Amino acid sequence: MDSSEPSPSGDPDDRPAVPAQRSDQDAYLRVHDLRVRFDTEDGVVRAVDGVSFAVERGRTLGIVGESGSGKSVTSLAILGLHDPKRTTITGEISVGGRQVVGLPDEEVRRLRGRDMAMIFQDPLSALHPYYTVGRQIAEAYRVHHPKANRREARQRAVDMLDRVGIPQPARRFDQYPHEFSGGMRQRAMIAMSLVNDPALLIADEPTTALDVTVQAQILDLLADLQAEFHSAIILITHDLGVVGQVADDVLVMYGGRAVERGSVEQVLRAPQHPYTWGLLSSVPSLHGDADADLLPIPGNPPSLINLPPGCAFHPRCRYADRAGSRSRTEVPELRAAGADGHLVACHLSAEERAAFYAEDVASVGVAR
Amino acid sequence: MTDEPLLRVRGLTKHFPVRQGLRATGLVRAVDGLDFDVRPGETLGLVGESGCGKTTTGRMLVRLLEPTSGSIEFDGRDITHAGRRELRPLRQELQIIFQDPYASLNPRHTVGRIVAMPLQVNGIKPPGGIKARVQELLELVGLNPEHYNRYPHEFSGGQRQRIGIARALALRPKLIVADEPVSALDVSIQAQVVNLLRNLQRELGLAFVFIAHDLAVIRHFSQRVAVMYLGRIVEIGDRADIYERPQHPYTRALLSAIPDVTQLGPAGRIRLTGDVPTPLDPPSGCRFRTRCWKAQDICATEEPALVPRDGGRQATACHFPEVAAPIFEEVPS
Ligand SMILES: Nc1ncnc2c1ncn2[C@@H]1O[C@H](COP(=O)(O)OP(=O)(O)O)[C@@H](O)[C@H]1O
Ligand SMILES: Nc1ncnc2c1ncn2[C@@H]1O[C@H](COP(=O)(O)OP(=O)(O)O)[C@@H](O)[C@H]1O
Ligand code: SF4
Ligand code: SF4
Ligand SMILES: [Mg+2]
Ligand SMILES: [Mg+2]
Repeated sequence: MDSSEPSPSGDPDDRPAVPAQRSDQDAYLRVHDLRVRFDTEDGVVRAVDGVSFAVERGRTLGIVGESGSGKSVTSLAILGLHDPKRTTITGEISVGGRQVVGLPDEEVRRLRGRDMAMIFQDPLSALHPYYTVGRQIAEAYRVHHPKANRREARQRAVDMLDRVGIPQPARRFDQYPHEFSGGMRQRAMIAMSLVNDPALLIADEPTTALDVTVQAQILDLLADLQAEFHSAIILITHDLGVVGQVADDVLVMYGGRAVERGSVEQVLRAPQHPYTWGLLSSVPSLHGDADADLLPIPGNPPSLINLPPGCAFHPRCRYADRAGSRSRTEVPELRAAGADGHLVACHLSAEERAAFYAEDVASVGVAR
Repeated sequence: MTDEPLLRVRGLTKHFPVRQGLRATGLVRAVDGLDFDVRPGETLGLVGESGCGKTTTGRMLVRLLEPTSGSIEFDGRDITHAGRRELRPLRQELQIIFQDPYASLNPRHTVGRIVAMPLQVNGIKPPGGIKARVQELLELVGLNPEHYNRYPHEFSGGQRQRIGIARALALRPKLIVADEPVSALDVSIQAQVVNLLRNLQRELGLAFVFIAHDLAVIRHFSQRVAVMYLGRIVEIGDRADIYERPQHPYTRALLSAIPDVTQLGPAGRIRLTGDVPTPLDPPSGCRFRTRCWKAQDICATEEPALVPRDGGRQATACHFPEVAAPIFEEVPS
């Protein structure tokens, strides 16, 4: 893993750093100018390219964007899970005041599972099929509590199973993952992630594979657990509805970069970036005119090996020319978008954005 | 639109035997007695949580699966047990689009060959030649006709789904069964494909059975909607009935669980507990009763029939349907 040295100043993509949020200093997680690159046979994948954000305890940050926009790579970098031989990571990641980038593997492992934990989309990737669910949760506890004996660890695991809403937890303790239904497995994985009471929880598409009625249960559960343990949560999802339901703050990613950041009200109610508008007008809703066409974003997400120059979104942006040639030549910086703490990376002026957004909304016919 | 249905389904049932060795040890009641009609040019949305029998239903409709019992009438003909030869002319009029565009496209064939396949198999010679027809189809679904010689892996997920749609359209079908055609796509691409299908429906007068687990997607595509639970239709009606005046507790719970992008903060009030029971041993009486907050004794002993209320087009299988309040008191602005 590369150390936290800043990239050489001659580097063409060494763009100016992003303004820090006011709350950044006391946030539990601080990510600053994070860059993650993979060297592959096809070329260098710039999967994350200068992303900054912060999450305080008790708050939830939603990260949204199409697949391949760098969401999972960002979260794996925070957890120190990238293979250092194939990955170059620069920037700062501070978890509870400790710098993760460049930290020896062993120390990152100590943070992981105790101070920070992850929930995946597929619980079977986290649960081993050959061991009982309870034993795996108890082991996860003992790794970080070496003084705990078997009985204490078992009791802790049963308590956690109970806490995440698994009926008859003492009996369920001795069952194998395949004996659990999809929703129950997801709960078991949450129990395992939370067994050491981590201050930071990263949930990567935790409900994407679940049915909506079970998704609602899991989202409720995460909210309850957050209220109880006061954890900082990052929720990665492609579902803007989920973000609207659970997030306090939102980061919108496109092509490995942050294109918009702000409170959930700011980003979903007064979105500033044309990409965010496109996401919102693509989503079918239960309200509004069902006969109106959706307004999709044309084209496809870009390749991270060969990002379009300038604003990476410009080949798909219907307003690219309205910002002159800059859209094609100059990478827009993330800068204040008007309201407090709301940031956007777009060359359009605030007045232009307001006017075009009104147009966009009018053409979808959905009250948003 | 005539009133004569294009597709008439009665008592459609599929039970899969479960075997241990040679012994049959049980039955998966995947689909258990469905009744519905689809009229020409109409879309019926089939919605429900995973495992409720949507795919099994879709595959029976296009006869990729043999029904256990019940009947399927298409364009006035009983096709329930039609043999290979009888099915051939039917194949042209009844097509299916799958969820996973990649798995349904042969990776070693060019796009041109894939789209031309149904024409060749059925010995159809279009007036301007096969290549011209295929290029016309590619253009119709928004693909570059010049990409005729490319292979599936050279296309993105959304484009692959378009290839599947072009192939389904090759024989000018009257009805398309679309099984979760947009579920695997990103929202922006999903919207492109939904718009494409809507345009095709309008321009070509196609009828659809549109299968999805997402009620919001179904709402943008269907005139009629059927809600399934554990192999049964629990409610069916016009779109406005289902979304504005749902009467079945399950329909209301589903609608309430959707995190809608137009609403911030915690979603609806109805929370179902537990998971869907196994179709190997569905609950007696009403199959929804183990998760229903309104269940009474009768719900365990008598299966509620799917009956229309007030002689209307909305039918609900529930002993205690909600007929009073609309589900959304106010539409947020
Ligand atoms: N280990 C890796 N090696 C090379 N490329 C990778 C690796 N992991 C992810 N990528 C690429 O990085 C980009 C971002 O991926 P990811 O963060 O998983 O996207 P998402 O936003 O869907 O979670 C993608 O183009 C992906 O192919
Ligand atoms: N070939 C099969 N053999 C046994 N059970 C099956 C088979 N195909 C489907 N099932 C079962 O039938 C039920 C309905 O499945 P399916 O039609 O795929 O549901 P959906 O498409 O609504 O998710 C499920 O319980 C599934 O496991
Ligand atoms: S910078 Fe230009 S291309 Fe990028 S979002 Fe703004 S207007 Fe569109
Ligand atoms: S019949 Fe009874 S259990 Fe079934 S949905 Fe109606 S009230 Fe609920
Ligand atoms: Mg991901
Ligand atoms: Mg299915």
